Amino acid sequence: MVLDRKATLSLRALALGYLIILLLIPLLLIFFRTFEDGVAAFWAQVTTPASIAAIQLSLTIVAIAVPLNVIFGIVTALALARGRFPGRGIVQAIVDLPFAVSPVIVGVSLILLWGTGGWLGGLAGLGIQVIFSLPGMVLATIFVTLPFVVREVEPVLHEIGDEQEQAAATLGASRMQTFWRITLPAIRWGLVYGVVLTVARALGEFGALIVVSGAVSGESQTLTLLVHSRYIDDHNVFGAYAASTVLMAFAIVTLLLMTTLNRRRELE
Amino acid sequence: MSLVTHLPGAGVRKRGRRPTAVGGVGPLGLGVAMLWLSLIVLLPLAAVTTRAFDNGLIGFWDAINAPAARSALILTTVISVIVALINVVAGTLIAWVLVRDEFPGKRFFNALIDLPFALPTIVASIVLLTLYGPRSPINLELNATRPALIIALLFVTLPFVVRSVQPVLIEVDREAEQAAASLGASNRTIFRRIVLPALGPALLGGAGLAFARAIGEFGSIVLIGGGIPYETEVASQYILKQIEVDRPVNAAAVSVALLAISFIVLLILRTAAARSRRHETGS
Repeated sequence: MVLDRKATLSLRALALGYLIILLLIPLLLIFFRTFEDGVAAFWAQVTTPASIAAIQLSLTIVAIAVPLNVIFGIVTALALARGRFPGRGIVQAIVDLPFAVSPVIVGVSLILLWGTGGWLGGLAGLGIQVIFSLPGMVLATIFVTLPFVVREVEPVLHEIGDEQEQAAATLGASRMQTFWRITLPAIRWGLVYGVVLTVARALGEFGALIVVSGAVSGESQTLTLLVHSRYIDDHNVFGAYAASTVLMAFAIVTLLLMTTLNRRRELE
Repeated sequence: MSLVTHLPGAGVRKRGRRPTAVGGVGPLGLGVAMLWLSLIVLLPLAAVTTRAFDNGLIGFWDAINAPAARSALILTTVISVIVALINVVAGTLIAWVLVRDEFPGKRFFNALIDLPFALPTIVASIVLLTLYGPRSPINLELNATRPALIIALLFVTLPFVVRSVQPVLIEVDREAEQAAASLGASNRTIFRRIVLPALGPALLGGAGLAFARAIGEFGSIVLIGGGIPYETEVASQYILKQIEVDRPVNAAAVSVALLAISFIVLLILRTAAARSRRHETGS
């Protein structure tokens, strides 16, 4: 299909116009609003005790949820890529399920499972508070980020095949040695990509957390919940912008990493 | 990004008779993976499903048929369909320009597409409020209106169609287009008869993902949508409200209804995509 110059230009204008109006202008505007009173005002909002506590909680959740998803994600990807078992299609569907479930439903289902009266609600009686506390927030984050590592690692495992692994086994390598020396180096870029997506999503999760957190300021408030409560409860619009800008900075770093990793993978 | 293009290769390797593959994780690993998936994903969803029917089928029906619940479910579904349709058009257009056109800054715009995946949804809400909320610099105050819901959902669902159409558009057979052009076909005919059929499955897949995302969306809507019952309250907001007023059975029932709508639509689109793929290869 060869378009004349006029058609090409008008299509380009339409597409870029859509992107600029929908994405770019709002983004630039929020940067402008955040820094229009200078960097000091921004910094003051980011370093309030509530804000620091929120950043710490967000990072704590990431530090627990991401390693768990990496370990179990690799195991699941290996089982799916290398194993032969009945019901493999069903397992594939379960892995994709979190993409199709609303974050709010994730939160509600966790409350109904772990909360008082739920099937596992008895834990609260043993002094293990899951809902309205850190474990519940971690569970919610693991739920919504579960697919990423599996979905990035599994295709790579298919692609590399298992010839090298078999060769290593023939030469007497143990299963662990084979994994550390052969499999892990081969999947590393896919894994890193999956981790980047997991971290980004974990830092940005909101819907599931607002349901399970109870959102007590400074205690169970993540950065995203802080944005919400500053805007809605405190009417601190500027503070909400400032916290959003911090999250946006993380998102842009994520985007840069994604682009670099994609290029790197294309090169290999 | 590979979330969108789902893995092939499932049936590629030949079926060998090996109880435990060498590089695999063996029965133990499989058991661990299953236990993990069950504990994290399946058990909670099973809990919400059984809770939805605590008061029997009639109780379930009453819960999703309560006026505010019904209105939220219908609004969510209709708006998600609209958003998916806009995405089909805008996504194809953007993918087309990013694949077939050359212009300075193309790499930048290509990277920009993934931004909604990387940006927290609550930030998307704030970002859109700066432009369309109070103090709007273009004097367009849309907060707590239905158009605002559509804009927020278009923002968060932008990547799906673009990213599923792009790779197909790169692969599409340009010789067929040239042949059709040399036989005198107009651009419109070429697009309709050659390009569009090739894009069919990818478009349906992308639209399905956009729909599924839109129907469950919460974070990007919560600030700009307003959550006015019967007006702008979407299903996820209604569910959260039911939890807050301690009516978990109602929350569970509407959750199950929402999941059912999402799965049915995904199933229909997947079947349609498979059919159009067969049609493509068969002709």
